[in-house]
Amino acid sequence: MNRFFGFVKKEFQHIFRDMRTLLILFGLPIVMIILFGFVVTTEIRDVEVGIWDRSMDQASIRATQKIFSSGYFVPAGYIDHEEEIGDLFRSGRAKVVVVFEEGFERNLRRENHAAIKLITDASDANTAQLSLTYLQGVLMTYFQSVNQDVEMPWSVNMKSRMFYNEEMKGVYMFVPGLMALILMLISALMTSVTITREKEFGTMELLLASPLKPREIILGKVTPYVLLSFTNAMTIVLLGFLVFDVPVKGSLWLLMLECMLYITLALSLGVLISTSAKTQQMAMFMSMLGLMLPTILLSGFIFPIDNMPKVLQWFSTIMPARWFIVVVKNIMLKGTGFAFIWKETLIMLGMTLFFILASVKRFKIRLN
Amino acid sequence: MSKREHIIEVKDMVKKFGSFTANDRLTFHVERGEIFGFLGANGAGKTTAMRILCGLSYPTSGEIYVAGHNVYRERERIKKKIGYMSQKFSLYEDLTVSENIRLYAGIYGLGRKQIASREEQLLDRLGLTYIRSRLIREVPLGWKQKLAFSVAIFHQPAVVFLDEPTGGVDPITRRQFWEMIHDATEEGITVFVTTHYMDEAEYCDRVSIMVDGRIDALDTPAALKQQFDSKNMNEVFLKLARL
Amino acid sequence: MRIIATLLVKEFKQIFRNRLMLPIIFVVPVVQMILLTYAASLEMKGISMAVVDQDYSQASRLLVSRFEGSPFFEINLATSNYQEAEDKLTGDQVDVILHMQHGFEKSLYSEKETDLQLVVNAINATEAGLINAYCTQIIADFNGQVRAEWFGLDGADRITNLEIIPRYWYNPLLDFKIYMFSGILVIIVTLIGMLLTALNLVREKEMGTTEQINVTPIRKYQFIMAKLIPFMVIALFELAFGLLIGRLLFGLPIVGSLGLLFLFTCVYLLAVLGIGLFLSTISHTQQQLMYMAFFFMLTFILMSGIFTPADSMPIWAQKINLANPVAYFMKVIRMILLKGSDFRDISREFYSLCIFAVIILTLAITNYRKTT
Repeated sequence: MNRFFGFVKKEFQHIFRDMRTLLILFGLPIVMIILFGFVVTTEIRDVEVGIWDRSMDQASIRATQKIFSSGYFVPAGYIDHEEEIGDLFRSGRAKVVVVFEEGFERNLRRENHAAIKLITDASDANTAQLSLTYLQGVLMTYFQSVNQDVEMPWSVNMKSRMFYNEEMKGVYMFVPGLMALILMLISALMTSVTITREKEFGTMELLLASPLKPREIILGKVTPYVLLSFTNAMTIVLLGFLVFDVPVKGSLWLLMLECMLYITLALSLGVLISTSAKTQQMAMFMSMLGLMLPTILLSGFIFPIDNMPKVLQWFSTIMPARWFIVVVKNIMLKGTGFAFIWKETLIMLGMTLFFILASVKRFKIRLN
Repeated sequence: MSKREHIIEVKDMVKKFGSFTANDRLTFHVERGEIFGFLGANGAGKTTAMRILCGLSYPTSGEIYVAGHNVYRERERIKKKIGYMSQKFSLYEDLTVSENIRLYAGIYGLGRKQIASREEQLLDRLGLTYIRSRLIREVPLGWKQKLAFSVAIFHQPAVVFLDEPTGGVDPITRRQFWEMIHDATEEGITVFVTTHYMDEAEYCDRVSIMVDGRIDALDTPAALKQQFDSKNMNEVFLKLARL
Repeated sequence: MRIIATLLVKEFKQIFRNRLMLPIIFVVPVVQMILLTYAASLEMKGISMAVVDQDYSQASRLLVSRFEGSPFFEINLATSNYQEAEDKLTGDQVDVILHMQHGFEKSLYSEKETDLQLVVNAINATEAGLINAYCTQIIADFNGQVRAEWFGLDGADRITNLEIIPRYWYNPLLDFKIYMFSGILVIIVTLIGMLLTALNLVREKEMGTTEQINVTPIRKYQFIMAKLIPFMVIALFELAFGLLIGRLLFGLPIVGSLGLLFLFTCVYLLAVLGIGLFLSTISHTQQQLMYMAFFFMLTFILMSGIFTPADSMPIWAQKINLANPVAYFMKVIRMILLKGSDFRDISREFYSLCIFAVIILTLAITNYRKTT
């Protein structure tokens, strides 16, 4: 046992001696949560809007003023030819051009029908769609208020309740995903590379020849990463709470337990990768391309699984992160208990067992 | 022995790593055309000194000239005139024998025709023509080392630095290796070699023995044996180390 | 020049002898481009809805039928028990609950207005906002219909007659795949170029072969150039390969000049490969390098506006983005491919990247130590 602790201590020293790496390991969750909280948002602001007003009457001028006083849009200038739209878009000076038809106010008053054309630069499809939704909202609200004098009887009023996220903060969505990503990164990627490194440099043979048992070597290698990962998970929870008021509605203990389960799962995956990779480069690319990108994209972290094609939805079921994200969302944001997450927990347990058995088997084959 | 040109001139060379002094005021010279043995136990500071002479490491202080150039200001000029074979294996494992030769020849700016004819010559002399297109990682260690040496002198440098060139090879290959070193001096190449095999010191024209960062003795093997009243160089070394 | 050529021959031989390389260059990117483009969809498909109709009147049924008729909604549960619906919401089986209480129709007649509850799972705030907007639209339409058909108020309602006509230039069907594909192409070109370059140099360091190179008269810039060019070629190839896949599979439009795109990409690659080389000069092991590269890549990519509007980021983030090559490329690739922007349109980005490339390459070359 003493020998084992000595080995773990050596592994710790190895990690802690490298200040730069340490800084990155602890800085990563902080930078990520700030990015996702403030930068990677789907809100828009200061979108440049060009105006092509073909009637220049009171209604269109008022509407234009309304658009720019909303806070989301800034003027990119007036134009009076269709060709100018292309110029504005190609040079990136405007993202949207609002076109008021000729005789806008007259049509509105006399014929009860007027049209506004919203031309968007859809080469940035996302900004296009968001700006359009916002603009529509601004215009609709404005013309509704203009017509306030007209009585509006017989209407159904919609009262919306935003469950689990009253203020509709974007960061709620990202906290669970970020935990899944960073734990996967540190546990799977880093352990697989560390172990492969020993193999590549031939020092693994040395360790295997020592009185340490193979399982002690593996345990010794992964122990520091368990602690690192766990610290990082808790940093994210704490930062989410302090900076963005993301709550932990359910049991903190249950959350910690589930984190440990996921970390074990990721570590066993890392060990499995290291048994099949010959060089660090190989381990790195296997983890990076086989784990990181799918974890980001196929786990429901950023892109909802329900919106994916069926094949990918099916594929996402083998992503450990997918199940962990559901668990974290349930415990932290919905405050549900174990009753709602036992299925996901079982799946993760099953995966862990599978990876451990597979690595033991591969390891034995190698030794023979 | 007639007075010859000093190809390496070192005066009061000091190298410190923090508070540790790896080279403590080394002063010596190497004459053109000789085999200069740089002996000492592991950790005595041999490799450090050699790395400075090759321009791989900065000295802390001292006056040092290699092939007539100052190591502080003219490192790149020195590099054109030297060859180097490092302790760690320095050929590319994933290139073939022939590709490694061509790579280093090309780096030293040799012309294509020149490279081709000398490559033939070299492979022929080493008897390696039949494995010329094999990857280095598949070539036995002894051959690799002979090849690394040949590559290090392929561009006919004024001095070649060999850092423990015979580590880990069998006695027969070691003998052959030393024959190659002698052949190189016939071509006018000065050889600066570090080793901790004391029997190899007998092959050198002059040897210096380093202990704890200092040069404790420097002379021809015969003179050293006489001075320390020893039968062989090993005894000389043991006596020095005990002092 | 001859020396660089010699070194290039060496690099190319080593790269293509590495059995990992071919899958990394050919297979992985294809799989990623196809998989991720489909996965990274920002389009909303069927919103799953639970209807709690406790009124069961003509009005409530008419409203439900409007939701049934909408392409956005899929009614997965119809019940009169609210708790049952909320459990489904908690269990993620439905995204939204439409709740009409007893007396819904009655108060529409008697009080001329009536309330309707909408409960949205708002953990994904963006999606919740969209769901809310779709519902508002449907209910507004419903109101117009009720007023017109039931109460004969046709024409009195001017609001619904303000027609807003959306037009999507350069991507008329608002196909998000085209948008995402160009973003993923940027990531793959960047990732492969930068990581391979950086790993290659550090690997030589770790293996000890750089030592042999350092005693030769090779100039630092020659060595760095020889490390840069092969991966630049590979990355450019990757771009061409990706464009072909995009064209064949997703109908990616190529409106602008390909020559301009490749010219810009060359400058871009000098910048990002420069970052890779710089990182490799300051790390001793592949592991160290990987952590740093991972950190910078992730930050750069997330800030580049790959799937969020970069121009709407906070001012401080936009300032950081001035030094983020990925953000420039993300913007320009879409400009050239989809909009056909010419050199004048992208000149600011072009010159900024030139400056960036010069700085980072100078740093990488001066920081590469032949002597320690």
